[in-house]
Amino acid sequence: MHTIDCGHISSVSSPSIGEAGRTGDWRDSTPVIDPQKCIPMKRNKPSCFLCWLYCPEAAINRGIPVEIDLEYCKGCGICAEECPAGAITLVEESNLTIR
Amino acid sequence: MTESVLSLPDKEYMLPGNRTCAGCSLGIAYRHILKALGESTIVTVPASCLTVLHGMYPITSVNIPCMNVTFPSTAAAAAGLVAGLKAIGKKGITVVGFAGDGGTHDIGIQALSGAAERNTDFIYICYDNEAYMNTGGQRSSSTPLGATTTTTPVLGKAQHQKDMPAIMAAHRVPYVATASSSYPLDLYEKVKKARDIMGTRFLYISTPCPPGWLFPPKDTVKIGRLAVETGMVVLYEIENGGFRLTGASERLAAKGSLRPVREYIELQGRFRHITKDQIEELQRWVDSRWEEYLARQTPRPPDYSTLQN
Repeated sequence: MHTIDCGHISSVSSPSIGEAGRTGDWRDSTPVIDPQKCIPMKRNKPSCFLCWLYCPEAAINRGIPVEIDLEYCKGCGICAEECPAGAITLVEESNLTIR
Repeated sequence: MTESVLSLPDKEYMLPGNRTCAGCSLGIAYRHILKALGESTIVTVPASCLTVLHGMYPITSVNIPCMNVTFPSTAAAAAGLVAGLKAIGKKGITVVGFAGDGGTHDIGIQALSGAAERNTDFIYICYDNEAYMNTGGQRSSSTPLGATTTTTPVLGKAQHQKDMPAIMAAHRVPYVATASSSYPLDLYEKVKKARDIMGTRFLYISTPCPPGWLFPPKDTVKIGRLAVETGMVVLYEIENGGFRLTGASERLAAKGSLRPVREYIELQGRFRHITKDQIEELQRWVDSRWEEYLARQTPRPPDYSTLQN
């Protein structure tokens, strides 16, 4: 989005992701998706996507595979709570093995 | 047309990595509201959690133009934008005043009432987290009976919530609706409907607040859903005076029973000081309001599209 300089003094912000920094740093536990249980991933067909619908951060994509942007996911756990297949579990950061 | 998760637009106007708390229901609501409104939208935002979401100069986390205004002037500024756009001949732009319950029920009510009286062509959206959450959780006129806030710290609030949608309906504006962040599809449909109506349109959205209501962030959607299922929040729309329960509330009315308010209260730390009498009073309040809504319910207009002749 561009702004036109109309000669007045004004302060216009520019849109960007990560306005508050890497908000993934706020997280104490990380959502991990089990592809065997996740409905769209299991069926390989667009369906369900309730995690995408309810994510307050817009950090989940509505595609296959379903992916969570851990750079910005604040770890609220709504996705794990709302997943009808129980495919998302929250793993404590200290227990997370880097794959 | 009924929306589904797959039919919602892909484009996100609210960007990740913003300043809202983990589990903020305003994030859920705002994402889908902006999806429904599309990019030809200008919002005016007073001091509120939404200002926090929009972010600090020189960066903003929202992809549409926003004007930050003073606390009482959300609707006045939006009315000014409407007049300005008309003066320079720009058409097809939706102007939205977007404020919290403090900025609507308490501080912004006179500008909003004035704009509604003039039937200014804009949408006003009030997201209700039931206290001044941005400043640490002071009581507002939308805080429910018995809730503890930083300004009602010991006994909890002694009064009921102000019925803001009813006040707006009394202005006889073309469209008034209530929604909840826990039912994003219902919310999306209402915003889309409001977008295409002329005149003042008012939307009230219930947005549970984890740090303010004192529940774990993972329960945001569950609490919002319980609010509707217990009747603390009722989903309806008033279109040109015709009242109709919608979505989950319509289904509850057909089923014939609400869940007890106690189930909703138990899960929230803000009700830790509520007395037995206050719970009973709250239940009576919910029940009498629900009866009122059921009595006002006008039958759905017949759907001629399904007739075969």
